[in-house]
Amino acid sequence: MQIDLRTVSIKPLRYTFDHIAKRIGADKPASRYLEGTMDIQAVTNFHYRPLWDPKHTIFDTSRTAIKMKDWYALKDPRQFYYGTYTMARARMQEAADSNFDFVEDRGLADKFPAAAAKLALEVLLPLRHLEWGGNMNNMYICAYGYGTAITQPCNYQAMDHLGMAQYITRLGLVLGKDDSLQIAKSAWLDGAMWQELRHYIEDTFVMKDWFELFVANNLVLDGLLYPLVYQHIDKVLDDLGGPAVSLMTQFQSEWFVESVKWVDACIKVSVAESDENKAQLSAWAKAWRDRAIKTLLPLAKHALGTDAESIMESVVGEFNSRAAKLGLVL
Amino acid sequence: MSNVFIAFQTNEESRCIIDAIIQDNPNATINEQPAMIKIDVPDSLTIKRSTVEEKMGRAFDLQELQIHLITISGHLDESDEEFTLSWKQ
Repeated sequence: MQIDLRTVSIKPLRYTFDHIAKRIGADKPASRYLEGTMDIQAVTNFHYRPLWDPKHTIFDTSRTAIKMKDWYALKDPRQFYYGTYTMARARMQEAADSNFDFVEDRGLADKFPAAAAKLALEVLLPLRHLEWGGNMNNMYICAYGYGTAITQPCNYQAMDHLGMAQYITRLGLVLGKDDSLQIAKSAWLDGAMWQELRHYIEDTFVMKDWFELFVANNLVLDGLLYPLVYQHIDKVLDDLGGPAVSLMTQFQSEWFVESVKWVDACIKVSVAESDENKAQLSAWAKAWRDRAIKTLLPLAKHALGTDAESIMESVVGEFNSRAAKLGLVL
Repeated sequence: MSNVFIAFQTNEESRCIIDAIIQDNPNATINEQPAMIKIDVPDSLTIKRSTVEEKMGRAFDLQELQIHLITISGHLDESDEEFTLSWKQ
C-alpha cells in the first residue's frame, strides 16, 4: 500500500463574527480585543424599563450629555480585555511585590528618617480613601455608561484603584505602626488639609452624568494628583530619605503613565465627534480643573512648602497642554 | 531585484507585527499559509518598534518577535528601534 502525503490548505469560510466583520471587513481575522469588545452590550429586546428609573431604558445613551454616533469609537489603545488586562497587571504586580520585599528584606523602612516617614504617612496614607472613591466612580461609569468599549476599561480602572488603595495601605503598614491607618482615616475625615479634596470626591459620588464623572475623576483629578504626588512629592521624599517610598509607589507611577493613554484616547475621540461635545467636555474639564487645583493646594503646601505654588503651576501647565492636545479649550 | 522575506506563526501577537509591517512596507506581499504567514518585500523590509507598539497598545521589545519567528532571508540589521532585512552588505 502506498500513502501519499500532501498539504491541503483549508481556507476558512469566515475569519470572525459577522458583527465584527461589518466593522473591519470580512477578509481578515479580528483581534481578541475587538471580538471581546465590539457590540457586546445588548441593545434590543428590552420589553420593560427598569422600575428604579422609568425615564431610561436599561442601557440608555441619554444618561450623558455627550452624543456619539457610534459609542464603540471610544476604543482602548491598550486593547485590554480580561486576558490582556490581567496579564499586564500581573506583570506590574510582580514588580511591585518584589519592590516591597526588597524594602522589607533590607530593612529600608527602619532606616528611613523619622521626619520623612512622618511626611510620607501624612501625605500618602489618606489617599487610600481617595483611591476607593476612584473605584466607586469608575464602577458607576461601568454600570451606567453606554457601550462595552468604554464600560469595560472603566471596570479595569476601578479595580486598579482598589489595588492601589491596597498598595498604599501596605506602604502604611511597612512604614508606620499598627495605628497608622486609623490616624490616616481621622486625617481624611477631619484634617484641614484633606477636606476640600474629600468634598471634591464626595461630590462626584452623587453625579448623574457618567461622562462628566469620567472627566472629573479620570481626566482632571487623576491628571493633577498623580503627577503632584507620585512625581513631585515623591521627589521630596526621595531627597529626605532615599528611594524606599518611591520603590513602594512604583506601581502608581507606572499605572498613571499607562492609564493616561486610554483616558486621552477617549477624550480625543469624543471631542472630535462634534462641536457640542467639544464645548461640553471643555466646560466640564475647565470647571473641575479649577476646583481640583484649589483642593490640591493644601496638600502641595504641606508637602512642598515654599515651592508648592511653582510646582502646582508646572503641574497645571502640563495638564493644560495635555488638554489642548486633546482638542479641549480650557 | 530580489526579495527579502520573513515568516511568522499566526497568532494574536504576530498579527499586530504583521499589521505594522504592512503599514511600514507598502510593497509587501502577504502569503497566508495554514498557521504561518510569510511576507515578501523587494529589496528591504523594516519592522519599526513604534508601529508595533501602536498596533499592540503596549510597550514592545523588538526581540520579542523572535518568539513568533519561523524564518527570515536577507542580511539582518537590528537596533532597539528597527529590525531591517535587506540584501545590502
